[in-house]
Amino acid sequence: MSLPAATPPPPSPGTPAGDPVLELRALTRTHGSGIAEVHALRGISLSVYPGELVAVMGPSGSGKSTLLTLAGGLDNATSGQVVIEGQDIASLGRKGVAALRRRSVGYVFQDYNLIPALTAAENIALPRELDGVSVRKARKEALAALAEMKLTEIADRFPDEMSGGQQQRVAIARALVGDRRLVLADEPTGALDSETGEAVLALLRTRCDQGAAGVMVTHEPRYAAWADRVVFLRDGSIVDQTLTTGAESLLAAGATGAAGTSGSAGAAK
Amino acid sequence: MSIRHGLLALLERGPRYGSQLRTEFESRTGSTWPLNVGQVYTTLGRLERDGMVVQEGADEAGHDLYAITDDGRAELRSWFGTPVDRTSPPRDELAIKLAMAVGAPGVDIRDVIQSQRHHTLKAMQDYTRLKAQALTDVPANRDEVAWLLVVEQLIFQAEAEARWLDHCESRLVRLAEAAATDPSAEPGPAATRGPARSLTGRTKARR
Repeated sequence: MSLPAATPPPPSPGTPAGDPVLELRALTRTHGSGIAEVHALRGISLSVYPGELVAVMGPSGSGKSTLLTLAGGLDNATSGQVVIEGQDIASLGRKGVAALRRRSVGYVFQDYNLIPALTAAENIALPRELDGVSVRKARKEALAALAEMKLTEIADRFPDEMSGGQQQRVAIARALVGDRRLVLADEPTGALDSETGEAVLALLRTRCDQGAAGVMVTHEPRYAAWADRVVFLRDGSIVDQTLTTGAESLLAAGATGAAGTSGSAGAAK
Repeated sequence: MSIRHGLLALLERGPRYGSQLRTEFESRTGSTWPLNVGQVYTTLGRLERDGMVVQEGADEAGHDLYAITDDGRAELRSWFGTPVDRTSPPRDELAIKLAMAVGAPGVDIRDVIQSQRHHTLKAMQDYTRLKAQALTDVPANRDEVAWLLVVEQLIFQAEAEARWLDHCESRLVRLAEAAATDPSAEPGPAATRGPARSLTGRTKARR
């Protein structure tokens, strides 16, 4: 079987550009001690670059959620380092971590976690207001973000007036508003039907193509396939990962035999 | 793969010549299954023998044109109306490989599963990239719609495989755990190194 030699992937996939936005260095997390000791993570190292979306997969109990929690500074590692935008969060102290978390990291959860008493635009504007941006400017940014996602019509709706897919897209916009470049997503498509889930993934993909870095935990292969890299966890260790690839992998993947005859295929478009 | 019916479907839209059929077949399926012109003419020859198509003159460039007959139309309608047979599934190399890996000496079946999962996910990433490209604009014609359906079929098929592999892995872990805690159980897929396996120093006689 052969596939069309697609045009090269969108600008980013893979080609790590610049310094990593997130760097995990030999990260270990152990719960309990002695006989009850549980190793949730055993020495994980992972770098995520601007423009890159990384999917983390693995059976339940493999450490996926722990990885995300530590990466976001929501829990402390037993050993190893979490470096966000070049800053080792262990060196920052509690206040510093809180500030970095607020300024640099966006979270997307399975159950959206929008603030019910705020409209879509207000939810997106809130982190910017906390950044110290004026209310008016924050609202302007929020409306621009919504327009970009073609969601202008829901700007003044409250979460309970939106569909799940709309809420999740608002959550992604909120996660990446302002200068935030790192989004951590925990099963972001968990509660969504297949087509809506796909739209959410496409948005996350677009935001990463525009320069953000994303780490997404998922157990759905079809959504993981939107990532540049898929990391497989098992028993707290990375057992394997698909390498970042460009279009050449399409040719390598079985098409080599027919590459000469089907190279003409512009049919993908 | 039914080249035969694919060609009939294209001919129903009007008379065509061989290499034109090849091009149209490939633009429908995104050249996922490339055809060579030889295959097209061999198939046309058989269709002609079976009375499903007739040669019908030539175009101004001198290409021999083929046209569908009433019998051909009836055959095509019956093809669309009949489900593809799934009762005698083709041999699946992966299923055979895993079946053979159960208990095979010197083979860690979880490694076999992981290396396949890696490969399958990578293929899905590639297909998904093609799909994302196809979706950047709303599909403009039926060829683009057809190609989108085909690439999504590849994604869904790969996904089914990836899910099945996940399932195999957790099934094997559970069986190994059960075997470790239930002395009367079959030894089970002892070749797996399930986490529970090392927990028991049990040496009770197996059945």
